[in-house]
Amino acid sequence: MRNTFFKKILLVAALVFGANLFAQEKEHQSNDSQINGDKEVADYILHHIKDSHDFHFFSYTNDANERKHFGFPLPVILWTSNGVTAFMSSEFHHNDDGHVIVEKNGLKFAKIHSKIYELEAGATEVSFDETHHATNASKVLDFSITKSVFGILLVGLLMLFGFSSLARQYKNNTIPKGLGRVLEPLVIYVRDEIARPNIGEKKYRKFTGYLLTVFFFIWILNLLGLTPLGFNVTGQIAVTAALAIFTLVIYTFSGNKDYWMHILWMPGVPYLIRPVLAIIELAGAFLIKPFSLLVRLFANISAGHIVVMSLIAIMVTMKESMGAVGSTALSFILSFFITLIEILVAFLQAYIFTMLSALFIGMAVAEHDHDHAHDEQGHEVSDAEDVRGDFI
Amino acid sequence: MEPVTYNLIGAGLIVIGAGIGLGQIGGKAMEGIARQPEATGKIQTAMIIIAALLEGLAFGALFLGK
Repeated sequence: MRNTFFKKILLVAALVFGANLFAQEKEHQSNDSQINGDKEVADYILHHIKDSHDFHFFSYTNDANERKHFGFPLPVILWTSNGVTAFMSSEFHHNDDGHVIVEKNGLKFAKIHSKIYELEAGATEVSFDETHHATNASKVLDFSITKSVFGILLVGLLMLFGFSSLARQYKNNTIPKGLGRVLEPLVIYVRDEIARPNIGEKKYRKFTGYLLTVFFFIWILNLLGLTPLGFNVTGQIAVTAALAIFTLVIYTFSGNKDYWMHILWMPGVPYLIRPVLAIIELAGAFLIKPFSLLVRLFANISAGHIVVMSLIAIMVTMKESMGAVGSTALSFILSFFITLIEILVAFLQAYIFTMLSALFIGMAVAEHDHDHAHDEQGHEVSDAEDVRGDFI
Repeated sequence: MEPVTYNLIGAGLIVIGAGIGLGQIGGKAMEGIARQPEATGKIQTAMIIIAALLEGLAFGALFLGK
């Protein structure tokens, strides 16, 4: 079982890196696109944290003044005015400023800043206005397998294989082998340290599946982001927003009577204050909680990537003042240690997202023991231990 | 001054505030753990939640001010 699983992983890795060999592109280009200044480094970093239509490892200019790119292309799938159009992103020849025009399905396409534009009929090249917006091209609906989509599919398959093999092992014997020995403690940790104390003994089983999925999804994608493949999936605000919306939907629809009561008509406070509190609680439940979830993950991972890339860029930006060896050594040492911290952050952010999701779900499904509940005036009588949870 | 400079000053102020807050949280948690080592797990969990909320606030401010 273990051998076949690792063979599958090796096969995927071989396919991924094998495709790389076919994807080396020769391209004639002048030297001005080379990274040689702070501006270019900043552009390169900002380009890296965005999603893109191909994997790009590195580029260099050889002695014959040819610009060479290493990476491999991904399929581009577009919904255009002429229906679905698909081609490989290699047809853009790594161009990102709209100068390479691809003709497919009777339409012309150009790629500008990682977005694909459809040219209007009769246009042969993209023209820009003074704010660098394309004037004769419009964005198309883009269903491409981009780098982030590829990463999400890869993690989905990895989790499917890893956890289904782990689940199958429990049918035969109780002690897992191989990968299961790594995953089992983590699964038990999420169940016993995150789900059970925050949601409560009675109801945690129903939500543990979601919490485990979201934990491993974020954790593995965060770790993939530290590999040279350059995934930045959890640093895409759309991905983190989707995850936060999942949590929002789950705690909104599993909220019980007490939860809505505490949002809309808070017991135990004067009546005049209740509508004010209701507005604050509604904003908290529907805006602030999901917004804090999505921004925290997005900002942490993006900031981590920018820091790692900036420290790697030291070997270019400090080359003049420190020499090639000195700047490379400094950059290596700094980026090595920041990468170690990033491995910790990768786990911590997955933990915090799962933890806060569990907490929000727990607040929505919490059962109030009504032996102490409301006295005649509607004031809630409870001891400090019980109300403590309401303030977290 | 250019508008960009104001943004940078604002970002600096946010980081100072968040730093003070994180220092308070971490210091008090240490104190709590030293006083009551058997409650380490609970204190750590609460500490991480509060730190995460503070961090969310700081990142939200940086994000909006960008």
